[in-house]
Amino acid sequence: MMEHMISPGNLTGSGLAGRIFQTQMDPTDDIVIALVGNPNTGKSTVFNSLTGLKQHTGNWPGKTVTTAFGRFVHSGKNFFLVDLPGSYSLLANSPEEEVARDFICFGDPRAAVIITDATCLERNLNLVLQVLEMTRQAVVCVNLMDEAKRNHIDIRLEKLSRILGVPVVGTSASNGQGLAELKDAIDDLVSGRFIPKPIRIRYDAAIEAAVSMIEPYIKKATGNQINSRWLALRILEGDDSFIAALHEYAGVDLLDAEEVRYKVEQAREKLQQQQIYRDDLRDRIVSTIVGMAEEISREVLRYDGDWRKRIDRKIDDVLTSRLFGIPAMLLLLGVALWISIAGANYPSQILADAFFWLENQLTHLFTLAGAPNWLLGMLVEGVYRTLAWVVSVMLPPMAIFFPLFTLLEDLGYLPRVAFNLDYFFKKAHAHGKQALTMCMGLGCNAAGVTACRIIDSPRERLIGIITNNYIPCNGRFPVLITLSTVFIAGGAGGMRPVLAAVMVLGLITLSVVITLVVSRILSCTVLKGLPSSFSLELPPYRIPQIGRVLIRSILDRTLFVLARAVMVAAPAGLVIWLMANVSVYGNTLLNHCAGFIDPFARVIGLDGYILLAFLLGLPANEIVIPVVIMSYMSGGALLDLDSMDALHQVLKGHGWTWLTALCTMLFSLNHFPCGTTLLTIRKETGSWKWTLISFIVPTVTGILICFIVAQGARIFGLV
Amino acid sequence: MHRLSIPLNLLPIGCAARVKQIKAKGNTRRRMLDLGLVAGTEVEAVLRSPSGDPTAYYIRGAIIALRSEEASNILVETTGELR
Repeated sequence: MMEHMISPGNLTGSGLAGRIFQTQMDPTDDIVIALVGNPNTGKSTVFNSLTGLKQHTGNWPGKTVTTAFGRFVHSGKNFFLVDLPGSYSLLANSPEEEVARDFICFGDPRAAVIITDATCLERNLNLVLQVLEMTRQAVVCVNLMDEAKRNHIDIRLEKLSRILGVPVVGTSASNGQGLAELKDAIDDLVSGRFIPKPIRIRYDAAIEAAVSMIEPYIKKATGNQINSRWLALRILEGDDSFIAALHEYAGVDLLDAEEVRYKVEQAREKLQQQQIYRDDLRDRIVSTIVGMAEEISREVLRYDGDWRKRIDRKIDDVLTSRLFGIPAMLLLLGVALWISIAGANYPSQILADAFFWLENQLTHLFTLAGAPNWLLGMLVEGVYRTLAWVVSVMLPPMAIFFPLFTLLEDLGYLPRVAFNLDYFFKKAHAHGKQALTMCMGLGCNAAGVTACRIIDSPRERLIGIITNNYIPCNGRFPVLITLSTVFIAGGAGGMRPVLAAVMVLGLITLSVVITLVVSRILSCTVLKGLPSSFSLELPPYRIPQIGRVLIRSILDRTLFVLARAVMVAAPAGLVIWLMANVSVYGNTLLNHCAGFIDPFARVIGLDGYILLAFLLGLPANEIVIPVVIMSYMSGGALLDLDSMDALHQVLKGHGWTWLTALCTMLFSLNHFPCGTTLLTIRKETGSWKWTLISFIVPTVTGILICFIVAQGARIFGLV
Repeated sequence: MHRLSIPLNLLPIGCAARVKQIKAKGNTRRRMLDLGLVAGTEVEAVLRSPSGDPTAYYIRGAIIALRSEEASNILVETTGELR
């Protein structure tokens, strides 16, 4: 039997974790702990609270599933915590669930911590029972205890621990309650102070008989590494993904062993004689577990009250109602935009003043040092001014909108958006969760593309990826905001921010309509097919941790944008300055290039400089408007940053009308994704073909729309 | 009280029912089982999307939205009076 023994070298936790995270681990020192749980249970909050800021992510070999790890030290021991993807079940219906199952099974963690939601314990107990069937080394963490208490749900934790036979700890991770106890419980378990006696799930007689027929043979073939009862159930079920994983991670081909295969066939035949086929077996197994979860929940949970009277239900009655659902959605987005536009004015002005002051000092310094004029021009008028423009005009609205958006996300509003819009996505033959990935695109399209992983069906995932770019990301907002403020809301006085917000809201609505239309077109051409099934959980509303949202937005977002601005805007400023100042055949390079594409640009309502700016803005959309302005200014230098009216004058002076502004905004909505997004698409699809299609589809859309708008306006004599 | 067997998508909002049979097959069926939708499970229709589809149901303590295509593959037996 030796050839079927699992070699222990393959199976150590540090082995698999080390492979995923490419990190040095000390197998004698690091205690590997796996974190599992349903989605929306606050699992990442627990993970963040335990590990602090020292986190790293790694990609599971061969899958687009990211797992994170972090370390913490407790009573002198080093714990290595692996955050597995949120899963409803370990009966592996998706790549994420496979990863969770495989790590618990083959990563050989010293303990699995199962995070459950106290407000929805019964459903969460399903997963708990499934994990306990695999491993005895488990700790159950009942999170969101504070919310449960608010909803009059009382959970008897000691009793639950007695029934399950493993440690149970109640926590409210968002305010740190219970985390010390959780660490103690993990420590007690791994150091053998707590002897687990996990509850045993009993299936009906037919299944139990089949299991006992094959279990001894499986045990003989695999040794004690993996729970043989659990293995027997999966083999009987014919779980192909698991049999493949067994081969990949443990090097075992169970069905190769003549004896095992023979016994398995015999057991399956016996089940079939009792009319239990593969699907029925799965049904019976799941029903038993679900029934047990129900029973346990009845014993440990007391609920004084009526879920129908919870505040969530009242909020949802309004936010998803026929009458107010969609208007409320538009209003919330509109208000967020208005706050961003109105609130950005002041910091923009301060930043602009500061940059202008610094520019004078810089110029002074250059003159003192006797630097040549071209150097001054290149560095100060080229590089510095582009940078200053990007930071002072582009950054403030982003820095305000992003936290507001994250707040809505943390509140739990996005699933409601998906619920409200799903009907339209169904009509477009797209997946219901595409509405969620679309919302993520508002923050950043690259993040939106990555979020498309939540869509299981490959066809609908590709549609989600290709159309994500129609939704203007945070980097394109400032273009829309600036041009709306200057051209569309120009004469509105104090109402300017409101009118600009309405305009931007209209453009975002348009981008949703375009997303739906293009999704439908893709569904009946290159990505033919019908919508696949989906279910969407509407989790309870949660009070966002405002402090954490702000810190995360500022650290992750604002600093990220600043860094990107420096990396992209500085060289772009340099290139533009050079192009505007190097002359060939009596004309500057900039004029040659812009002149070359000008005729085409005019047909779609733009001009050569604008189109050139979009091309140069490929690395980052934030620099489009600064590049346009720089090209217009004599000698290529950017204007002094004093006011929106000055900007209006410059643009008008170069032949801009409301139509130019409108076409620029429309083209901003509908053109090729930025460099970062394209690279993300390549990574996510693993294909240059789909990356190219994701480049072409929105660009063609933009050209068509701008052509129709520009020509229409001209034919009807509107300009 | 009159008991009625209907597909879940026809259950009016505010009404409760008990799952009799899951007719879906394959992956869809497994997803439903994961959510705790097995024969005998109590469900209640809670919310209808502004456009009339999908509908959100209260299932084992969670609110889950299903499109009418999926819900029509779940046969339920009403437990209360149909309004």
